[in-house]
Amino acid sequence: MTSYIGSRLIKALGILIAVVTLNFLLIRLVPGDPATVIAGESGMSDPAFVESIRRAYGLDQPLLLQLKTYLLNTFTFDFGFSYRLQSDVISLIAERLPATLALTGAAFILSLVVGVSLGVVAGARADGKLDLIIRLVTLTLYSIPVFWIGLMLILIFSVKLRWLPASGTGFEYGDGDALTFLRHLLLPVVTLSLFYVAVYVRLARTSVVDVLHLDFIRTARSKGMAGGKILRRHVLPNAMLPILTMASLQAGNLVSGSIAVETIFAWPGVGRLGYEALMHRDYNMLLGVFLTSAAMVVLLNIVSDILYVLVDPRIELVK
Amino acid sequence: MSQPQVLSLRKPAFRHLDLQLVIGCAILTGLGLTVLLAPVISPFGPWEITGNPYLPPLSDAHLFGTDMLGRDVLSGIIYGARVSLLVGIVSALAAICIGAVVGGFAGYFGGVVDDILMRLTEFLQTMPGLGLALVLVAVIGPSVWSVVLAIALVSWPSVARLMRAEFLSLRSREYVLAATVLGESHWKIVWTHMLPNALAPIISVASLKVASAILTESTISFLGLGDMNNISWGMMIGMSQDQLRNAWWMSVFPGVALLLTIIALTLISDGIGRWLGGRRQSLL
Repeated sequence: MTSYIGSRLIKALGILIAVVTLNFLLIRLVPGDPATVIAGESGMSDPAFVESIRRAYGLDQPLLLQLKTYLLNTFTFDFGFSYRLQSDVISLIAERLPATLALTGAAFILSLVVGVSLGVVAGARADGKLDLIIRLVTLTLYSIPVFWIGLMLILIFSVKLRWLPASGTGFEYGDGDALTFLRHLLLPVVTLSLFYVAVYVRLARTSVVDVLHLDFIRTARSKGMAGGKILRRHVLPNAMLPILTMASLQAGNLVSGSIAVETIFAWPGVGRLGYEALMHRDYNMLLGVFLTSAAMVVLLNIVSDILYVLVDPRIELVK
Repeated sequence: MSQPQVLSLRKPAFRHLDLQLVIGCAILTGLGLTVLLAPVISPFGPWEITGNPYLPPLSDAHLFGTDMLGRDVLSGIIYGARVSLLVGIVSALAAICIGAVVGGFAGYFGGVVDDILMRLTEFLQTMPGLGLALVLVAVIGPSVWSVVLAIALVSWPSVARLMRAEFLSLRSREYVLAATVLGESHWKIVWTHMLPNALAPIISVASLKVASAILTESTISFLGLGDMNNISWGMMIGMSQDQLRNAWWMSVFPGVALLLTIIALTLISDGIGRWLGGRRQSLL
């Protein structure tokens, strides 16, 4: 187990280095000279000043040398300086990360719980009336663009009904409490979750229907085991594996999805930070956000691989 | 408890299958006609200022109302269908071609080629797809074709994995072994023996790929990073964001158009998938 985790960590490190390298090269290819952009942000365009910025930030160095410096700095968690926000990238990300983790974490749990429950209900009584209703709702949720449902929820619950706030976290002026925060959290979390609710319903339903066909279920039934107990003891544990796979894949996409959601709801998280960095060509910031999200995905993949073994004793760790 | 095995021995549920495919194809045909006939059926041009601002739906000559500049929302939706459909279809096709080539190579040759190509595929899947697409569009510069390219580049990995799995299993089939023994070239074996047999799963995935490409395009346009010269549904919804309090119709109607398109493609993909004999689950 320990050596397995070790080898996975080394592989993860390789992936992270590749992510940083690719993004670094990609972002440096953006048309426009970063030194001029920074000078513009500072409100000065005098050539000598631009030149001094270029030297100060090492932008006059060859590209590969810049990359080497960046990679080495990254290992010491030094992601550089955000020219636009006049602060260290790492501290800005650290400041914004809790908001994103709260949003994506809550969305992850909500979609998993609601989706799997509905899916199991639908699968246990496949082709019944309830199943049909759940399937139709699922089809709709599966097809709704995340950003549009976000706007619709704001339209209904904030503009028309005035029940819930449409933007921010409630902590903007430093006087929020837990309840205010939860009220602010509700709409963004539901927005981010709906698509994944649909994904989990489909997956859980298919898994349950598949497992119900197997021989050991017939055995359990023929020995007179109650339906609910069969579901809990025999069906669910066997139906969990594909759900676990999807859960680890979802985690990565949640970060992507949070870009649009955080922008719509003015949620002060990493996704919005990245979007603003892209709009303002704040390269160091953008690289930092990319690295953070890639690191989260890689970490979650390792965790899910380990969970596999714990959930299903038939799986052994090889390689 | 029902006995699902007995049920599945009966004839497959063709009624459901037909209904599902018919609805999906009907919506998509309507969309196709809209795209082709846009100049004929559209009451106004997409950018044309045609009336007072903020006219609500069902106003004279403005079925879906007008926006903050007095442009007709219905006309915008009709012309916006062009970008959605074009970007959706072209980028999905490109992603499938790249994915098929990469996955085919990996599955057919195996060994080191497989290792390298699959590491690359896994690596791309680790990246936040939408984020990478946004950066790519920003790097290349906003235009319809840069959006197509960006979506194609971030969405081929799942096709590659699918194709690799197909080719891996086809490679050991007897007719492929026979062709190899007869000394046929790699190209001929792949092209005439393996590819036709690997197409079935691809067709079902193709429709889903179009749907997800349309979603990605609309998200890019919504965030204001797309081609600002061609009106699209995502762009219209993006512009409506500040007008939620004044004009709900600006955001509702383009979104419904988007939703119906995605539903149609999902229905078609699932219908084809079940028809080709894969999943049992039906959507309707």
